[in-house]
Amino acid sequence: MSMGQSAAGKKNRPLSPHLMQYRWGVHMMASIIHRITGFILATAGMLTLVWWLSAISAGPESYATFQSYVVSAGDKATGLQTASNWFFRIVALGVTYAFFQHFYSGLRHLVMDMGAGFELKSNKMWSQITFIMAFLSTAAAALFVAMRILGV
Amino acid sequence: MGNGTGIGKVRGLGSAGHGSQHWISQRVTAVGNILLTIWFLISLCLMPNFEYETLANWLAQPLVAVSMILMIACLFWHIRLGLQVLIEDYVHDAGLKLGAIILLNFYVIGTATFGIFMIAKLAFTGASE
Repeated sequence: MSMGQSAAGKKNRPLSPHLMQYRWGVHMMASIIHRITGFILATAGMLTLVWWLSAISAGPESYATFQSYVVSAGDKATGLQTASNWFFRIVALGVTYAFFQHFYSGLRHLVMDMGAGFELKSNKMWSQITFIMAFLSTAAAALFVAMRILGV
Repeated sequence: MGNGTGIGKVRGLGSAGHGSQHWISQRVTAVGNILLTIWFLISLCLMPNFEYETLANWLAQPLVAVSMILMIACLFWHIRLGLQVLIEDYVHDAGLKLGAIILLNFYVIGTATFGIFMIAKLAFTGASE
């Protein structure tokens, strides 16, 4: 104990997670992506959601401003608005994927919290399923937005 | 943190006794988020259009406003717990960690309060004509 806690000993002790020693696996990917997508949702996702809610609450003009920068400014769009529309389309696509990925891998975590799904094969399979489901859901959401909102 | 006896070395370094509560709250808010975001997504899909009048009249309804306030509260509570874990895992400097946790609390409480206030304002005053 006393030797292990000494300044010299501390530097040489193995640290966990010892990332370079692991062979890459899809379950590791699911774990770190869960954290990254959580961060994206907490920042970009929530700020856009609260902006949307407050724009509706503040009245028609605020909502029109929100729409012109985030969704589309129509035929009279300025260069800034067009650039902003494309920026938010990419952000929206990323946030949508982040939402579904965090949603499905969150479900996986809730199952694992009950002590299930730790066998190597099923753990790998469910990790892969979270990615597949997230991609399919994001594609469905993008299709919905393209048809219903952007009128493609 | 003493450096004499064995207990003196570890006192203050270990469990604060709040870990289980944090862990359980993270899961309970996760379940709340599942229900509330599914409600939100289905509502968006069923929206006849995304014009101001439609959205404002929808959001001003008591049940919708309450659900939306609950969703904002539940999401931000979950965010506070989750980002706290990220900060604790990845920010190693004690001072930076404290600063980041304070900023996180300001961000979460500030943004959630603003969102909840704006929903309540619309619900109490009604949609503009």
